[in-house]
Amino acid sequence: MIWWAAIALFQQTIALDIPSKNPNTSEADVAAGRKLFNGRCAGCHGPAGEGGKGANLAVPRLTRAQEDRALYRVIRYGVPDTEMPASLMDAHEIWQVAAFVRTLGRVQSAAVTGNAANGASLFKGKGGCIGCHTVGLEGGRSGPALSGVGARRGAQHLRAKLLDPSASVPENFRMVQITTRDGKTIRGQQLNEDTFSVQLRDGADRFHSLWREDITAITSERKTPMPSYKGRLSESEIDDVVAYMASLRGDQ
Amino acid sequence: MRLLLFCALTLGAQVTHERLLKAEREPHNWLTYSGNFAGHRYSPLNQINTSNVSKLKPAWVYQTNSLQKFETTPIVLDGVMYITESSSHVTALDTKTGRTLWRYRRPMPDDIKVCCGQVNRGVAILGDLVYVGTLDSHLIALDAKTGAVRWDTNVIDYKAGYSITVAPLALKDKIVVGIAGGEYGIRGFLDAYDAKTGKRAWRFYTVPGPGEKGNETWANDSWKRGAAATWVTGAYDPDTNLVYWGTGNPGPDWNGDVRKGDNLYSDCMLAIDADTGKLKWYFQFTPHDVHDWDATEVPVLIDAEFRGAKRKLLLFPNRNAFYYVLDRVTGQFLLGKPYAKQTWAKGLDDNGRPMRNENTAPTVQGTVVFPSVGGANNWYSPSYSPQNQLLYIAVREAGHIYYFGEAEFKEGEQYNGGGFRSIPGEPEWGAIRAYNPTTGEAKWEFKMSSLPFSGVLSTAGNLVFGTTAEGQVFALQGDTGRLLWRFQGGGNARGNAMSYMSGDKQHVAVTIGNSLYAFVVE
Ligand code: HEC
Ligand code: HEC
Repeated sequence: MIWWAAIALFQQTIALDIPSKNPNTSEADVAAGRKLFNGRCAGCHGPAGEGGKGANLAVPRLTRAQEDRALYRVIRYGVPDTEMPASLMDAHEIWQVAAFVRTLGRVQSAAVTGNAANGASLFKGKGGCIGCHTVGLEGGRSGPALSGVGARRGAQHLRAKLLDPSASVPENFRMVQITTRDGKTIRGQQLNEDTFSVQLRDGADRFHSLWREDITAITSERKTPMPSYKGRLSESEIDDVVAYMASLRGDQ
Repeated sequence: MRLLLFCALTLGAQVTHERLLKAEREPHNWLTYSGNFAGHRYSPLNQINTSNVSKLKPAWVYQTNSLQKFETTPIVLDGVMYITESSSHVTALDTKTGRTLWRYRRPMPDDIKVCCGQVNRGVAILGDLVYVGTLDSHLIALDAKTGAVRWDTNVIDYKAGYSITVAPLALKDKIVVGIAGGEYGIRGFLDAYDAKTGKRAWRFYTVPGPGEKGNETWANDSWKRGAAATWVTGAYDPDTNLVYWGTGNPGPDWNGDVRKGDNLYSDCMLAIDADTGKLKWYFQFTPHDVHDWDATEVPVLIDAEFRGAKRKLLLFPNRNAFYYVLDRVTGQFLLGKPYAKQTWAKGLDDNGRPMRNENTAPTVQGTVVFPSVGGANNWYSPSYSPQNQLLYIAVREAGHIYYFGEAEFKEGEQYNGGGFRSIPGEPEWGAIRAYNPTTGEAKWEFKMSSLPFSGVLSTAGNLVFGTTAEGQVFALQGDTGRLLWRFQGGGNARGNAMSYMSGDKQHVAVTIGNSLYAFVVE
């Protein structure tokens, strides 16, 4: 009967008795947790938790999961509005995975080479990233804010994003072009849609909302406007920008 | 109008079995979960129709005090509406103003076990009592005039993982009620209670015990935790005197290795004698289910010509993505065909048994299968319009990646043996479709951009009402599927609509988000 759980779990925090300390931390639990992790989590977090599409878990302090109970909740309910999904393992399995995740924090993750300070100036200067991304108070809005990107993505994934941005566009990212009944053309990033309407933000940051019956043509592409930096930035400049982004762990 | 007036005057407050049998004679009321015993969810009212539905407006909105899913179908009796609210509360509302007449608030222990939210789908009414099943597995009779508890029966110990979310079904002198808890390794059953006293009249175990027929379809002692819950209201036919009730998936959900065999009577349609609780026939849709495809949809009963002969039929849009037509006297399989994308079966054989495709069972790495865990339909009511002779279904088009996991049983804890997640890059969408009930052919489709989590209502105004996960309620023309009206209600809609008269005005009521809306044409 679990059909709606995937969504329900995002929506509700049922008052369950979640113990404050992980009750399943034996060696056998960690081994079972590793197996589950390989099947369910490694695709995003990497087999050693080094991070990828998902956050680097091989760190001593998980921003969203400092206490055991918080870790349990993140694994069980996911992180709403991100790619971190809810999971439907039973309580026992969740604790086993949590036990394994905690062991990851004790291994050294591969150090990020590159000069973050130089990366910061490339970000604003030669790279032109700031035109599309905000960090803190500064920047453009066509791409997502990168203030906390180092906490939510692994370094390898960040590097891959620079070299081949179209390889990892989020599931729900859509650039749309709409022709309206009165002959106007609107292009922009889709913010929302449903059976009856579409909402978007155009290149000049204006919001638009249209009923479907007022739309005569709509094309919708999961295609990123972000350019590839392969060849545009040197190898070592890429390293620097990656180091800078990996250092952005704030404001979550 | 004359007919309505006549009914209102001659029928008192007492709801008799005769009144429930002839529910269509008093369309100003809505007396059972599905509007009639046949599971039609059809209102014979036509004051709201294709010519004026575009002017539909909220008459009132009732906000519940809970952030849990709001799934109730209101019961309406002579100007009073009875609803349930999370966790297991009952409220009587004035249908004209939406103001509260009385409230029953049930204290709930902290350690109730629910897989999927603290929900309740509605009350039943009989005599001068209103009946509610609770999450701590009690069946309670309340005074329809005051909300006072008249009797309170403990159905079973909730601590072992049992709960009640279903709207009970009142018939003759009994209250039939099912159980939830399929994710907790329970042993399912269907019960009937004496409506006046609350004493149990019969219990039918949906998982047969040792020595009983069907027990051999469970390896070892797996029957003890076989689940086959009964969490969606069934139908009743006074001619056969049979109660038709669907059963849920076998437990654990995704690990079938620990329960080899067909696992009767999980994922079945059961036909049970209303007086004795004895099984007359059963039909199993998904033998040895490993995808959590409960057959807990609402059965729809119609009498119609089937391949040249007039027959008593049972229509069933199953969660496993096949549409079934059964003979409801004998249980004979008559027709079965896919009504949404499915990849798990080549088809059904002459007896309706699925011919499974290879490699569709959950694995540790994950197996992609259509439909999704939620299925092509779920507890979301279909609707049958005798006016258009069409069956309307809110269809869900999606698949999932199914995982196999270890299954270790501990009483009171979830017993799943795996999990699932969505398929990256695969769109999930929905549609309201109108089907020829005897052939299963679709006549029209209204596409929706996401999966619906609610069913449909049809009315004699040639209308079909549905809702979306984004919070809209909308009306389609019944014979064509054309969109005629919509309204944004502000939250994921999780209930099935119904209709009634308050004074001389037809209302359409439905839950959206945490509110119950009643719409009228001003
Ligand atoms: C589809 C990709 C995906 C899968 C599968 C996935 N995750 Fe995640 N996970 C993410 C993303 C993305 C984030 C970062 C969310 C954010 O904060 O923006 C994340 C965040 C987390 C965090 C919080 C990290 C922090 O720094 O606080 C934990 C812990 C975690 N995931 C554990 C798991 C576990 C355990 C599994 C397997 C059961 C799993 N994840 C499966 C994508 C994934
Ligand atoms: C023309 C606008 C544009 C420019 C210039 C641009 N980006 Fe992007 N970027 C986007 C958009 C739009 C997205 C979101 C869609 C996607 O993921 O491809 C994005 C996504 C990203 C992401 C993924 C964010 C996440 O949450 O996972 C990173 C990291 C990123 N950009 C870094 C950079 C860096 C570093 C530069 C400069 C070297 C840069 N971008 C230049 C538009 C741009």
